[in-house]
Amino acid sequence: MDAEAIRSERDSGTPLIELIGITKRCPGVLANDDITLTVERGEVHCLLGENGAGKSTLISILSGMTVPDAGMIRIGGTETSMDSPRHALDLGIGTVYQHATLVPTLTVLENLILGNTTGVRLNEAEGLRRLDELASILGADVDPNAVAGNLALDEQQVIEIIKALWKGKAALILDEPTSMLTPAGVGELANMLQRLKGTGLGIVFITHMLHEAIEMGDRVTVLRQGRVVGTIAPAELRSTDPERLRERIVEIMFGEEANELSDVAELHVEASGSTSPDEPDSGGSSDGQGQPAGEPILKLERVSLEPSQSSHGLHEVDLTIAEGEILGVAGVGGNGQKELAEVLAGQRPIDSGSISLRHNGAFIQIGRLGVHSRHEMGLRYLSDDRRGEAVVGTMSVAINLVLKRIGKPPFWKRQIIQHAEVWQHAEAVIKEFDIRTPGPDTNIGKLSGGNIQKAILARETASDPRIVVYNKPTHGLDIRTSLAVRERIRQMAADGVSAVVISNHLEELLDLCGRIAVVSKGRIVGIVENGPNAERRIGDLMVGAFAL
Amino acid sequence: MSEALITALLVGAIAASVPLMLAGLGELISERAGVLNVGLEGMMLMGAYGGFVVALATGSTWMGFVGGAVAGGLVSLVMVVLCVRWGLDQIVVGIGILLGAEGLTSLLHAAQFANTYPRLGKAAAPSIPWFSDIPVVGRVVFGEPYMVYVTLIAVFVAGWVLRKTPWGLAIRATGESPEAVDAAGVNVVLVRSLATLSAGVLAGLGGAYLSLVSSGNFIPLMTGGRGFMALVLAMLARGRPIWLALGALLFGFATALTTALQIFGIDIRPEIVNSLPFVVVLVVLTLFGRDDYLPSSLALPYVRGER
Repeated sequence: MDAEAIRSERDSGTPLIELIGITKRCPGVLANDDITLTVERGEVHCLLGENGAGKSTLISILSGMTVPDAGMIRIGGTETSMDSPRHALDLGIGTVYQHATLVPTLTVLENLILGNTTGVRLNEAEGLRRLDELASILGADVDPNAVAGNLALDEQQVIEIIKALWKGKAALILDEPTSMLTPAGVGELANMLQRLKGTGLGIVFITHMLHEAIEMGDRVTVLRQGRVVGTIAPAELRSTDPERLRERIVEIMFGEEANELSDVAELHVEASGSTSPDEPDSGGSSDGQGQPAGEPILKLERVSLEPSQSSHGLHEVDLTIAEGEILGVAGVGGNGQKELAEVLAGQRPIDSGSISLRHNGAFIQIGRLGVHSRHEMGLRYLSDDRRGEAVVGTMSVAINLVLKRIGKPPFWKRQIIQHAEVWQHAEAVIKEFDIRTPGPDTNIGKLSGGNIQKAILARETASDPRIVVYNKPTHGLDIRTSLAVRERIRQMAADGVSAVVISNHLEELLDLCGRIAVVSKGRIVGIVENGPNAERRIGDLMVGAFAL
Repeated sequence: MSEALITALLVGAIAASVPLMLAGLGELISERAGVLNVGLEGMMLMGAYGGFVVALATGSTWMGFVGGAVAGGLVSLVMVVLCVRWGLDQIVVGIGILLGAEGLTSLLHAAQFANTYPRLGKAAAPSIPWFSDIPVVGRVVFGEPYMVYVTLIAVFVAGWVLRKTPWGLAIRATGESPEAVDAAGVNVVLVRSLATLSAGVLAGLGGAYLSLVSSGNFIPLMTGGRGFMALVLAMLARGRPIWLALGALLFGFATALTTALQIFGIDIRPEIVNSLPFVVVLVVLTLFGRDDYLPSSLALPYVRGER
């Protein structure tokens, strides 16, 4: 049966996709345990669950990347094996993966016609026609000749969706599509999904954000430890008010632990969006001045980086961070956040300006010091590139935990590694930070993103931190881990450790920070004191900067 | 400068560049698909030997080239199985192929032709009335061995295939991000296998050119580092066959210059003169190597779903 036929059989009563008793064993864990669910035509089916609940495994089974150990897949009522991505595409199932799958050096059009190997010449005319058709369904404006790597993340996501729809004529699967998007981008995505639903497409949507599931979903399935632990049917979803739904989902997700979690403010902030967080006591009253309250610890004066092809650089950035302050950095992704973080950490030399850190009572110029010296002086950095830059994936958790203290006692004595010390340290840290790993000797690359982040957090905040730079500290983490990370940042601030938090989630910054600096095209376009109107003012600065 | 010198220089430049162009073209294709073929030299050597043996047995230069292509292709199958299918380290396997080919061809040559040293006849070249009589141009442009024209056509065909066809697109994308190609429903293993195989075939042809056209016989280790030179040229060409051809011509010209200098008895030590082509490549490397661009997934094996 071909994809068109599968989709057009709307009235036959058979569901579009049926997964029956799907089980998949991964090394050391039962990733999917007897999962049964159906996807209907013209419906958005949301999958919720913590990191490691089995969502990603389920997606790779649906997209043909992974073959289940047991269970049955029926597409349009016909049983199928789905043993390769090609097979899934031929059945009309298109997938937007969590990791970008565009080839950065190819143009948009080349990326889209990549899978089509029929004919001697590339059929660009046919490709352009299909692109127009899909772009108009989505209501998107697309330049077919733009090089994919030069597009902003929001734009890339649209191309990813078009690419999935290219062959995905029956079903569209989206694995955490909103995690890299701006708030405006999320809104646009919701509109696109509405339009697509109208064409009879079945959509599977994975997210960490409860409010997205509630707003966009027609049906919600909650996974926990590889099992389906609860489903909310369309009727219930439509008739129940959002507040009540959220409580119910949290209850399903966390079971008996839900009570302690539902007390936490963030869950409500995420869902309602407009709730103003408590006025932080460190914020001071000089609204609009953007001056820190306490004794300054880090000063940036006219720090600049030359722009390059792939970056806006930095333009005369002035910032002062006080002791115990949590300073937020907001902005549309790719506007200088990464550059700022790396300049602070010492991974990128600055072209002009000065960075000074208060050390033993006096300000010291650290602009020319390297990562190691800055680390020694208590300046720490949690990179957003966890797997690539923050850890050595093929080395053990234990070694990764002491990676920045190589050669130092007590882990090295006279340049000889003390395995017992490293092991004990690892065991203690694993317990304290609740890192889920089979053991200290497991290669860290095998852990989930959330657990890697906990390990990096443990490493960077060990032994006398004074100011920590976090780049997207909770990106891709589930609610529970996110809360733990935020709690840690807050606790350390109470102990006098400053923090610079760079984040795409405004809600997170509003929750944590006293002041929030907004960056755009490598400049700081404003510093907003957290308070009742902060969200709107930050939004204005971000959008205003857009228009420049 | 005399007409004879100019003709000798240009003819020599082309003759020296053709093996590099062929092998480099193969390397370029496999690199764009993400396979670093360090064993290129070994494939050339096998091509040189295979081509020689077949040409000797059949008496036909064309059959010799077919033999060279088959020999090079067979060697590249080792790479296909070990590196593309099983995901072993491409550099280690490549070095293994090089050493294996060196040993095998030397051994076979010693066993078969130890005392006879047979030679092949001169490779045929076209003779076009009137055109072939033009001074310099007649010999340089219209009087080359047929394989020279085949090579130039291959360069343009490869450029067109890479830019304009679905398979070319798949090859370019596979070198950058095989995950994306897999997700798009294209068989990554197949794309890489074909690219590696074509590298073997082209390197085999390049090697066969050495034994069939350049020297007319087989000498153990006769490739003399040309495989590695082709590898460097392919990397400097940034995936563009036309740049590869120009780079090969530059190297060929430097080689021809050394020969010419020696023939015309200019008083420079031969060691210095002989190192000229390599110095040229070193200079080019330092000048342009800084902005070379290699595919992101070069030399990285692809196994679906592994992180």
